[in-house]
Amino acid sequence: MRMVLPGGLDRSKLVLPILLLAAAVYVPVAVLLIPEGSPFALSVHSAGLFGKYLCYALLALALDLVWGYCGILSLGHGAFFALGGYAMGMYLMRQIGPRGVYGHPVLPDFMVFLNWQELPWYWYGFNHFPFAALMVLLVPGLLAFAFGWFAFRSRVTGVYLSIITQALTFALLLAFFRNDMGFGGNNGLTDFKEILGFELQAPGTRAALFAATALALALCYLLAAWVVSSKAGKVMTALRDAESRVRFLGYDVERYKLFAWTLSAMMAGLAGALYVPQVGIINPGEFAPAASIEAVIWVAVGGRGTLTGAVIGAVMVNFGKSWFTSAMPEFWLFALGGLFVLVTLYLPRGVLGLVSDLWSRAESHRRRRPDDVPQASP
Amino acid sequence: MESLLYLDGVTVSFDGFKALNGLSLVLQPGEMRAVIGPNGAGKTTMMDVITGKTRPQSGTVLFDGGTDLTKLRENDIATLGIGRKFQRPTVFEHLSVWDNLELALKAPRGPFSTLMWKAAAEHRARINEILAVIRLGDRRDRLAGGLSHGEKQWLEIGMLLAQEPRLLLVDEPVAGMTDAETEQTAALLRDVAETRSVVVVEHDMHFVRALGVKVTCLHEGSVLAEGSLDSVSANQQVIDVYLGR
Repeated sequence: MRMVLPGGLDRSKLVLPILLLAAAVYVPVAVLLIPEGSPFALSVHSAGLFGKYLCYALLALALDLVWGYCGILSLGHGAFFALGGYAMGMYLMRQIGPRGVYGHPVLPDFMVFLNWQELPWYWYGFNHFPFAALMVLLVPGLLAFAFGWFAFRSRVTGVYLSIITQALTFALLLAFFRNDMGFGGNNGLTDFKEILGFELQAPGTRAALFAATALALALCYLLAAWVVSSKAGKVMTALRDAESRVRFLGYDVERYKLFAWTLSAMMAGLAGALYVPQVGIINPGEFAPAASIEAVIWVAVGGRGTLTGAVIGAVMVNFGKSWFTSAMPEFWLFALGGLFVLVTLYLPRGVLGLVSDLWSRAESHRRRRPDDVPQASP
Repeated sequence: MESLLYLDGVTVSFDGFKALNGLSLVLQPGEMRAVIGPNGAGKTTMMDVITGKTRPQSGTVLFDGGTDLTKLRENDIATLGIGRKFQRPTVFEHLSVWDNLELALKAPRGPFSTLMWKAAAEHRARINEILAVIRLGDRRDRLAGGLSHGEKQWLEIGMLLAQEPRLLLVDEPVAGMTDAETEQTAALLRDVAETRSVVVVEHDMHFVRALGVKVTCLHEGSVLAEGSLDSVSANQQVIDVYLGR
């Protein structure tokens, strides 16, 4: 019998949040307090890089919730990530205030450049952080809810659903490229100065952003783990495997999908919002279909339907990407494609599946031959 | 007496092919009915219509006196109290036997109620009771995917019991079962039928005989004959289209 925490959570689900919590404490200390040159010190640059990986990990976690548990393969989750990012970017733009290149008291530089006379209505309120934070969750959430409402009610499933998620992110890509959308066109939003009054480039701010990302990932992970271990999570697993059977048991399958889908989109939006201040820019490139497909690969590599695997996969693949793109940039896409093929063919349950297979094999091996193992003398 | 299930003049056509052609059938509360007929007679389509999977082009389908089933979605029909067992056993392979039963157990079905749901003592007692009936008590923590074919059939019947339906639709429950399992299944269904109505579609005439209930023979989407098994199997038309071949 495994230890079970209140709310039905397995105790093993605490390992990752505890590690993240430790990282949230260690990284700021290593960046700010440990003197440079010590093997335990971290540069501001690495803190930013790890922070970025954790944002990707949160996106992967969100994707695993719908793909791994409900069987909805989204090839457009980057859209929710980017929308969350744009909401945060709009706040950061308005924080610049009159310090832009053109020195306009209200309008961001790109609007002045386009000869706009006043702020579009949908930019109102973004000068307040709480409003922007709300929009980070609300905009992706509402879009996902509306999209899911129509798609799931019409019983669009499988490849067809994947294709329309791809179309969704592509449509947004094209829309955000247009200058008259009012989101900075193909340059996007950048040249941010401050967040909540703290200078964005200051080491303290960067360290705090990393800590916030680690905390957000830990909390979302716990939330997702709680959802999938509840009876609702079992309904999701069941509908992934035999959707019509779940209907005949009396469950409204569409409502379950819509719930998971909307929750997942909000998590993706949060990931995007944490990503933008750390990389300092958001542009329509984040809507690119390839970006969403890459997120699917992270989940597949780590191990679909495990939550932990999604986080591990996202960090591993992006670590590899950072190394590859500096060592031999022209080969990265081949490596990524090859990785996906290899994982699909030989590791259908991802890295996590491989580890747990090896573990259980070692276990049974040990149990089968207890006498052969030399006893350690006390 | 008010009928539990009332089908009148139900017609379903797929690209011109009439899967059901003016089918009429009336089932009383607490009645068990066996439905037989050659392949393509419309047996499974009839179940699809009752459970909301297929919408008929015309005809009336009423449950419990007045509820029009042709207007409802599958999950709403299921919560009205109509349970269905498919021909091929479909259990949730990646969930344990216990979890399969827990999902089927009569309880609120919305996502927010299941999110907060905790099995109370009465729920656990009910699941244990069903596990005893379907003889899977020692398999409760196993993944359902690892069960044998017969065990999956039984688990699915257990899930139907957990649902506490008022009407049970069972599609070829003994296909692929051994003789001993077939007999056990017949006994189980007779037990079930004491408290609810059951419609069984089956090809196995030994099994139908073991059930000992009123028989309806379908052919080309409508009723060919109805009555006791002996009178139906003595019917010349039934012999011509079905039994005699």
